[in-house]
Amino acid sequence: MSINPALQGRTYPAGEPYAVGREKIREFAAAVKAGHRAHYDPAAAAELGHADVVAPPTFAIIVAQRADAQLIQDPESGIDFSRVVHADQRFTHHRPIVAGDELVAELHVDQVRAMGGGAMITTRAEIATTAGDRVATAVSSLLVRGEDQ
Amino acid sequence: MPAFPFESLEKGQSIGATTVRVNRADLVRYAGASGDFNPIHWNQRFAGEVGLPGVIAHGMFTMGAAVQLVSDWAGDPAAVIDYQTRFTKPVVVEDPAGSNPSEYAGTEIGVEGTIGALDAEARTARVDLTVTVEGQKVLVKAQALVQF
Repeated sequence: MSINPALQGRTYPAGEPYAVGREKIREFAAAVKAGHRAHYDPAAAAELGHADVVAPPTFAIIVAQRADAQLIQDPESGIDFSRVVHADQRFTHHRPIVAGDELVAELHVDQVRAMGGGAMITTRAEIATTAGDRVATAVSSLLVRGEDQ
Repeated sequence: MPAFPFESLEKGQSIGATTVRVNRADLVRYAGASGDFNPIHWNQRFAGEVGLPGVIAHGMFTMGAAVQLVSDWAGDPAAVIDYQTRFTKPVVVEDPAGSNPSEYAGTEIGVEGTIGALDAEARTARVDLTVTVEGQKVLVKAQALVQF
């Protein structure tokens, strides 16, 4: 099955809010071997002016990949998850993510480009609080390998 | 915001270097923490069947681990306001016969950072990261923007 070119320009609305927990930030920080105290200790985070423990710079991938899942699981997309390779990633932070945040992500399919038997898909997750404040923009390029690649 | 003055920085200046090690247990931990359970990151048979040289690290593990150098240099992880990379070469994580999966030293990832650009108006420093395994780049155009 090939990638549906009509995906380009499609938007998937924000789903259920993602509640950022203190233990999740600690768990994620440990998983990327990030040792900064502000990821673990609320007092160390407060010294830097943060309301609670602060997420590592790539934490937003959790929220972005949940948004991407809407596209990958969309039966109209034609994407076989087992053939997806992460090609590039960018995070732009409008403000830090801290424990206690409630985040939602609206997904935009910015580009679909045929490549060999597969396709390169660029998505943009606009991450905001449930109150509507912009938090981060995560842009991902996913290479869906063709059957012969 | 970093504790040292923006004015003290120079383009081309090193921010230091570090190494990060990754074994299969680390990949299982990252899968759980991130929610990315793609079996290419934990199942040898499946990785081989889809044409990979073996189980590979999540690109996001490598990206996430590499930026630690910048967080520590800046003194505040939230000073990293923009971070991007291209994933060019998979980081293969071996599972040698007889090794203890959680104690095996794993694959060594080298991380070096230099200041690639300074924007005096925005008061940002762009740190360019060189991320390698056995001398070969695994991330390309890995750039972190630090707000002062």
